[in-house]
Amino acid sequence: MAIIVFLNAAVQAGTPLLFATLGEIMTEKVGNLNLGVEGLMLMGAVAGFEIGLVTSNAYMALLGAAIAGAFGGLIFAFLTVSLKANQVVTGLSLTILGTGLSGFAGKSLMGKVVPENVGHFFKAFEIPLLKDIPILGQILFNQNIFIYFGYFMAVVLGIYMYKTRWGLNMRMVGENPSAADASGININIYKYVHILAGGALCGLGGAYLSLVYVPAWQENVTAGRGWIAVALVIFSTWNPNKAVLGAYFFGGLDIIGFRLQKFDISISQYIVDMFPYLATIIVLIMISMRKSRENMPPEGLGNPYFREER
Amino acid sequence: MIRIAKRSEVSKNRNVLTRIAAIIMALMLSALFIVFLGHDPLKVYLSMIEGSFGSVYRFKETIISTIPLTITSLGILLAFKMKFWNIGAEGQMIMGAFLASYFALNYPDMNRLVLLTLMLVAGAVGGGIWGLIPAYFKSKYGTNEVLFTLMMNYIALKWITYLQYGPWKDKNALGFPKIPNFTSNAVLPKLFGIHVGWLIAIILTALVYVFIHYTKKGYEINVIGESESTGAYAGMNVRKIILQAMFLGGALAGISGMIQASAVSGTLSVEVTGGVGYTAIIVTWLSGLSAPLIVIVSFLFAILIQGGSYIQTAFQIPQSAAQILQGMILLFVLGSEFFVKYQIIYKNIKLKKKEGK
Repeated sequence: MAIIVFLNAAVQAGTPLLFATLGEIMTEKVGNLNLGVEGLMLMGAVAGFEIGLVTSNAYMALLGAAIAGAFGGLIFAFLTVSLKANQVVTGLSLTILGTGLSGFAGKSLMGKVVPENVGHFFKAFEIPLLKDIPILGQILFNQNIFIYFGYFMAVVLGIYMYKTRWGLNMRMVGENPSAADASGININIYKYVHILAGGALCGLGGAYLSLVYVPAWQENVTAGRGWIAVALVIFSTWNPNKAVLGAYFFGGLDIIGFRLQKFDISISQYIVDMFPYLATIIVLIMISMRKSRENMPPEGLGNPYFREER
Repeated sequence: MIRIAKRSEVSKNRNVLTRIAAIIMALMLSALFIVFLGHDPLKVYLSMIEGSFGSVYRFKETIISTIPLTITSLGILLAFKMKFWNIGAEGQMIMGAFLASYFALNYPDMNRLVLLTLMLVAGAVGGGIWGLIPAYFKSKYGTNEVLFTLMMNYIALKWITYLQYGPWKDKNALGFPKIPNFTSNAVLPKLFGIHVGWLIAIILTALVYVFIHYTKKGYEINVIGESESTGAYAGMNVRKIILQAMFLGGALAGISGMIQASAVSGTLSVEVTGGVGYTAIIVTWLSGLSAPLIVIVSFLFAILIQGGSYIQTAFQIPQSAAQILQGMILLFVLGSEFFVKYQIIYKNIKLKKKEGK
């Protein structure tokens, strides 16, 4: 069935978005708006690919991508948390740096393909029992391990944020850092840990593109997906569970235009490409009109925290 | 025990010195990187200077890159003065270029002066409207403007892509996706060998400076930036001021987009902005929200850009290395601002221990 094949592909196209979105949710939930997602993804993409190529080991490749992303997160955290630099400008600079680093490191990787055993590691396989669920089974449970890992991360992050003490503290840091500080939470540690972990997830999102989705090295492999991830964070109202649906929805939009051409439905892919951003703006306006507390951006988003300035 | 405290006043000297120190540190770190690549850093840096000043042609190119950065940054400045974080200059530039191009493509034989004036106004209106939309929602519902303006950039970009690959595609370009070139009537004239945009940039810089420092509106923008409630308490119509300032800011970016389309690329294309809208945010911030400094910082950035593309041909150092250098300098300067605004106080540890800590 064409529709199942399409939805299966939408999940694949949405997976890099999902990882980056989860990473950015973690970052924004502690009150830091990192617009460097695109740069972090590129750093992860090139590190993952390079290490995958050298070691022929998928685990090492993923680890390398996560570390590269976390390293970008560390730069961001150091500047915006410790040195209280402007988050927007730092994020944009980080994108420039990340694009440069990946372009530079990727120069010698141009046209190389992923080694066979790494490619094999990321082959799709069916999960017994779950694959037999009508329709959904073939869409969701006939995928590769990276995508399953994406489901896992979203669920874990959802539980962490809403059901654990740490998650509560983390959200408090983003909403009201002064109150969190007063109640004895170490703001800086919370910010650093989540920004680094968020960066690692962005790095993994990038690695999915270079290792699995393409799977060969091409310059600027992310092609603006980092910015879509920033949009998705809003679209999913900072909620990891909604981020899953949003990511696959946006992933579907990413590929739908070219597929519709086959059915002689001519809607330009470029118009379809506008839709994620338009939808995000509509969501953004709606949450600001309704002012429902749980869907709002974290109160402290974008502001550096300085204890003596209340 | 280390404690951080805000400096009570920021001295101008310290500000400048810290920034220079940051740039030197970034250059030194990048030098290590260049050595690692097997080149002599001093030679590379000198040839970057040569690449931006070495000949009349190169110097002109540097000025041409300075122009859009300056004008766009002026637009962003108006927004940032109100603490309205406008990330949407890229989109505002694109929509300015789009509306200007509409007239350039549809009335190619119009009198040159009339057409160019029309395009300039269209550019301002296109950019202004694109800036007004997020400002409307921000002032009415408090919608987050950073995210809103960011999304608007992409809508503008996709719109132009659609036009370039669809309705506006040049039928004579043998299937190559490009929009037809403007007629010479729609191209800005040259003045002293460089397109007249440089004069426009200088005039706009002066106007923005006067606007901010010597007019009532400019004063109101400053007050709102300090505190919206103060402005409202003093009887200002905060909402109206935000809308007006964002329209003006967007209009400046739109003019910059029009200049790029008309004088630099000679047509509309997806690359018309060359990322200037984003770089300008950084320029505005680094200039410390001062109109005259924007010109200087834009010029320094133009050197980085021109020099970066020159070392690519001279040393076969890829362009991405110049991007790394740019990113490095930016991050260092951003980090250094901390030492301008804050001071670190070392306290006697023994004393602290006595207090039980």
